[in-house]
Amino acid sequence: MDRPIRHPSPDPPSGKDVRDLSRRRTRLPVGDRLFDLIVLLLAGCVLLITALAAFELIKGGAPAMRRYGIGFLTGTTWDPVHQEFGALPFIVGTLVTSFGALLIGVPLAVGAALFVSEYAPRWLAEPVSYLVELLAAIPSVVYGFWGIFVLAPVVRGIQLDIFRSAALRGIGFLRSTPTGLGLFTAIIILAVMIIPYASSVARDVLRLVPQDQREAAYALGATRWEVMRHAVLPYARAGIMGGVLLSLGRALGETMAVTMVIGNRTAIVHGLFGQTATMASVIANEFTEATTRAHLSSLILVGLILFLITILVNLVARVLIRRLAPEGLA
Amino acid sequence: MSVERLRARAGTGRTRRRVTDALATTMIAGAAVVVLTPLVLILIYLVGRGIGSIDLAFFTQLPAPAGEAGGGVAQAVVGTLELLALASVIGLVIGIGTGVFVAEYPEHPLVPTVRVLSDALIGVPAIVMGIVAYALLVVPLRHFNGLSGGVSLGFIMIPYVVRATDEVMRLVPNVVREAGFALGLPRWRVVLQIVIPSAASGIVTGAMLAMARVAGEAAPLLFTAFGNQYWNFDPLKPVAALPLVIYTYSISPYDSWHRLASAASLVLVVFVLVTTLLIRLVFARRAR
Repeated sequence: MDRPIRHPSPDPPSGKDVRDLSRRRTRLPVGDRLFDLIVLLLAGCVLLITALAAFELIKGGAPAMRRYGIGFLTGTTWDPVHQEFGALPFIVGTLVTSFGALLIGVPLAVGAALFVSEYAPRWLAEPVSYLVELLAAIPSVVYGFWGIFVLAPVVRGIQLDIFRSAALRGIGFLRSTPTGLGLFTAIIILAVMIIPYASSVARDVLRLVPQDQREAAYALGATRWEVMRHAVLPYARAGIMGGVLLSLGRALGETMAVTMVIGNRTAIVHGLFGQTATMASVIANEFTEATTRAHLSSLILVGLILFLITILVNLVARVLIRRLAPEGLA
Repeated sequence: MSVERLRARAGTGRTRRRVTDALATTMIAGAAVVVLTPLVLILIYLVGRGIGSIDLAFFTQLPAPAGEAGGGVAQAVVGTLELLALASVIGLVIGIGTGVFVAEYPEHPLVPTVRVLSDALIGVPAIVMGIVAYALLVVPLRHFNGLSGGVSLGFIMIPYVVRATDEVMRLVPNVVREAGFALGLPRWRVVLQIVIPSAASGIVTGAMLAMARVAGEAAPLLFTAFGNQYWNFDPLKPVAALPLVIYTYSISPYDSWHRLASAASLVLVVFVLVTTLLIRLVFARRAR
């Protein structure tokens, strides 16, 4: 496509239009036409990759879609031997781990963001916010490794304590085989992993709250907490929600750490410490072992569902964050 | 509304408000401490357990047979670099190109679509990109191969690079572009010789961060690069990678493999953290 890209407005150039100055000539130099073409082709790759991803997932998942229909989403049996596949256990597993992680992670993340942007002196705030971001840099497998060797034994200890306590032993919700691997461990690991995402967005939007907002509240004699509670947090609410959704997107798709600690049992979770699986973890766990067409196709279909959900969640998150902070953020 | 609420409270229960405030301060500071605790715990554990297992053999030898002591994961160190190189070719070329397109051709009708799609791609789980690369390159070749692993990592890199490039290029003031045009330079030379060089440090930062990010990815490699216990320099055969080593070895029952997994975790974390830290320090200074 070597059609010159003309700006629609004939107005004298100002601001953004300046980038179009060279376009005022009727014939573009060869160099320009070539450059335009190359850049356009590269950008076209992004469109192509997205389309290819969607196409391959749909193509791969189609046999399972045809065979199981809507029952794929509601079926609770995942049985590769008898080729019966229902993804409900993983959908439930994904939702429970993700929302559990949000429940634990978000208050901590917002607290840490408040600390960094409102409470801590500058010399402390910068290193702390930097360290929080480092949490995001640690690879998922390393979280999994730590989960297996440090967190799981601790959780096993808790499970044994529950087992020994006469009062708690009877509660079905807490009953479990004390392996240390299961839903609870996965939720804790996930919470740690999503905190940096929620926290850095929250910190950025808190910084955008106008100073007047705080000063007005202080002038009314509010304590620091009242300023946060009534003047700062309400103002930043939409942005913080955006960050929460962003972390939800992360949590839904998080694979390795969860696969390593969740126990990988293909049944609907029972109780807080039960072993189960998530959509991402079942793909990671079974994909290379899937020998039948139905099994492989079912796994790809799970991937397609995950693909659609995470895209949706992320786009909504972006809209929320952008609306609040049109420039620069996220 | 909240102002009225504040005013109503102003005269009443002063002590209670003070106590609440102090409590909130404690909890907020506490939250920061709780958030940082896992980081400290993980780093201490990795260093404590991993450092004793890192020796020359780790970087130069192949894994010892299961259950035997010693050995290294040299093939995985090399494999990770190989995969990163492949991923960077795809991720950087397409990513930077698209970033330039989005930032420098704001009037083009495709820009909003490309932006939204690249934002959407950032959210796609790595493992799903693995399935895509599997369908594109493993199925036609009929066996697992390094190329597909590199491609999946490259796909994951693209949106991060696009966003970084886009953001820093938009920070370059238009005056700079005008100056170029005033000298009679065509647009491509303005972009290549003026805008990109002034945004270079930001683009490099974004590129390195994206590389650090995919360096630790294991999920998309499980059924693309697959891993390898032996040397292999052929990208059309299975290629080993450090994240895969950590995964397979830590879920294995052998103590010697757990040791290798801890050493590999330490190496990977040090690599990722040092890269991230260095880039931030170097470029943050320069930007100011």
